[in-house]
Amino acid sequence: MKRFLLPLVIFVVLVGFLAVGLTLNPREVPSPLVGKPAPAFLLPQLHEQDKTFSPSDMAGQVWLLNVWASWCGGCKEEHPVLMRMAKAGEVPIYGMDYKDRRDEALTWLRRHGNPYPLTAVDEAGRIGIDYGVYGVPETYVIDKQGVIRYKQIGPLDDELVAKTILPLVQELRNK
Amino acid sequence: MIPEIGHFALILALCVAVVQGTLPIYGAAVGSSALMSIAKPAARGQFILVLLAFCCLGYAFAAKDFSVLYVAATSNSHLPLHYRLAAIWGAHEGSLLLWTFILTIWMVAVTLFSSHLPEAMRARILGVMGLVSVGFLLFMLTVSNPFERLTPAAADGRDLNPLLQDPGMVMHPPMLYMGYVGFSVAFAFAIAALLGGNLDAAWARWSRPWTTVAWCFLTVGIALGSGWAYYELGWGGWWFWDPVENASFMPWLAGTALIHSLAVTDKRGGFKVWTVLLAIMAFSLSLLGTFLVRSGVLTSVHAFATDPKRGLFILVFLAVVIGGSLLLYAWRAPRVGLGGGFDLVSRESMLLANNVLLVVAMGSVLLGTLYPLFLDALGLGKISVGPPYFDTVFVPLMTPAIFLMGIGPIAQWKKASLPELAMRLRWAFGASVVTALLLPFVLGKWTPLLSLGLLLSLWIATTTMVNIRERVSHLVGNSLMSCLAALPRAYWGMVLAHCGIAIFIVGVTMVKGFEVEKDLRMNVGETATIGGYTFRFDGTQEVKGPNYLAARGIFNVTRNGQDVTMMYPEKRRYYVQNQTMTEAAIDSGLLRDLYVSLGEPLEDGAWSVRLYHKPFINWIWGGCLTMALGGLMAVSDRRYRLARRRERQEEPEAIRSEDTSVA
Repeated sequence: MKRFLLPLVIFVVLVGFLAVGLTLNPREVPSPLVGKPAPAFLLPQLHEQDKTFSPSDMAGQVWLLNVWASWCGGCKEEHPVLMRMAKAGEVPIYGMDYKDRRDEALTWLRRHGNPYPLTAVDEAGRIGIDYGVYGVPETYVIDKQGVIRYKQIGPLDDELVAKTILPLVQELRNK
Repeated sequence: MIPEIGHFALILALCVAVVQGTLPIYGAAVGSSALMSIAKPAARGQFILVLLAFCCLGYAFAAKDFSVLYVAATSNSHLPLHYRLAAIWGAHEGSLLLWTFILTIWMVAVTLFSSHLPEAMRARILGVMGLVSVGFLLFMLTVSNPFERLTPAAADGRDLNPLLQDPGMVMHPPMLYMGYVGFSVAFAFAIAALLGGNLDAAWARWSRPWTTVAWCFLTVGIALGSGWAYYELGWGGWWFWDPVENASFMPWLAGTALIHSLAVTDKRGGFKVWTVLLAIMAFSLSLLGTFLVRSGVLTSVHAFATDPKRGLFILVFLAVVIGGSLLLYAWRAPRVGLGGGFDLVSRESMLLANNVLLVVAMGSVLLGTLYPLFLDALGLGKISVGPPYFDTVFVPLMTPAIFLMGIGPIAQWKKASLPELAMRLRWAFGASVVTALLLPFVLGKWTPLLSLGLLLSLWIATTTMVNIRERVSHLVGNSLMSCLAALPRAYWGMVLAHCGIAIFIVGVTMVKGFEVEKDLRMNVGETATIGGYTFRFDGTQEVKGPNYLAARGIFNVTRNGQDVTMMYPEKRRYYVQNQTMTEAAIDSGLLRDLYVSLGEPLEDGAWSVRLYHKPFINWIWGGCLTMALGGLMAVSDRRYRLARRRERQEEPEAIRSEDTSVA
């Protein structure tokens, strides 16, 4: 009898794991960059092409870097959240337009609203490689010393912003 | 109105399925003929109802009824009709409907071809299938209803994922599901046998053709999916060990083991308990595959929308179906008894070893697929398991399995002699080893894996030849042709399927060993040469499709100054989802494929371009099709028809092919 029960026992263990697995999010990937300085770059700006943007411009501030693109569906979903955050003005959000066409990106911002004080343009996606961008949208929380403190892969939502991002920003500011 | 009819038909089908899943099984237990006879009309009625629902959904797609949520989500008014119809199974809800529809097709097939079965057996088989169907219908009606309305109706649909707008993808899911769901018949046979307690050779003979047909569909389905990945994803790969691919490969491995173990149960009455367990396993893995794809517990390129409620439903369903059948197994299997004994060296022992290897291979794929989940669930961090793991595990497991594949069909049942086998196979072995060692040098490069791959396929080919020669020499016939024709089809089926494996291995080995890939930037008019072929890039032109805009590259391919072909790879941008797709251009041939895919546009009309020369790649799919063909050949063997006729007439009749074939 015992050995005939073995398949059942294995299966029960498997179901246990699958049940736990249901409660986890496989897309939540810890970034090796968390706790490390944000990789430096110097990129042209979207609206004023002759000006540039670099993370070092933001030294002394806690800020968000949001990687987006006009071709990305998740960005459209995320956009209202960013607009609300920008309106509340709790933390500055800088954009990085990733592998996109300038005219399409500009149209996109005109149509959906622009939550960013400025957007850097990573047309070839090279800076995206330095940052380990898995897929757009992605958002990084960067502290006063220019260290990445948090990385969100995929769209932000209101709950995440209220429960994780904003408290973290507060905490980093008070340091 | 029409979608409501479909919805209503599904509700009625659920009611019928509940009746079909309970009364006939109860009737079989108490011996009530009246209750048992419900099974057949119920199964057919359920088929009609699900067919009706399927047609209603098809109509909604054809008529562009964007007030149906599912239609609005997966199609668009610019989508051509054939893709709109294929969009029925383009996403979660519709795939489930397809799954259930196919399940009812198999049920009807069982009602049509089961007149020779004892009534209680048939009632139990259809009852078990009815219970499976209850699960899927409930799933649809509670958390994934394809007929859900959208108010207000959408002005236009969100379009079918451009990746799926492809002929290969149209056929891939139905084929795969025919296979997955087909294993439900073998499963139902096994459960019915456990319930009834009669697990004899006749039971195995009834299950064999069903299992083989399901296996053929699954083989073709997997091959289609892999072919699709090859030409549609634009990376030139054909197998990625993606969780979803693994989900279809695991039932295939279990099914392959089942086919071989059924052969032993049929011919020798052995491996009974093991066969039952494999039948449960094959179908359980099909269900598990559905769970993995639909619940979102694993990340995969085949990302379907994740809904935790759905995941929970499938998990509970899985627990009930698989847990229930394994419990039944633990309770009833000890009484089944073991078959006849056999020696350490015998065909039985080799088939057993083959079975163990296949199941271990299946287990290692399962482990590799679920390992990230295990670690995550235990809080040990996030990892992903990639092709290196699978490649390392797979080659050492398959090598002995394939070696045994050469010897097994030649060995005697019950007791074989090792020295005698060695004598019979010495030429086959010698010729394979020598050729496998030398051939790579002729081809221009030697690596251990290249030789190993060639050795395995040559071994299959030469041992098959030895086997055929020996079989023919036992027959007294006039000509060679009549001798060959006298061999039973089941035997030829086995030969074909095994040769399919050999062809497949040649393909894999040659592609891995000799493929050439070039990633380069090409200006207009520039040329590049790989594998003796010169590609000249003649620029791109804009092409308008029904629902996309494409940049079409023009490549002139020459070899030694002679024109070979023109190739037109495309980079398409689909309007609705604003998604870019790479349509590779492929020039196929028996001995090589040329493969061009466009990367990104660069300045001055230049493009980043990827060129491949892939020798023998079509042998990979050719091998799979040959395997499936072998399966069909085996099913058409007259022994199954004869057996059926014999049981109907209840008089013994000589079965000519009652010899040593396995397939």
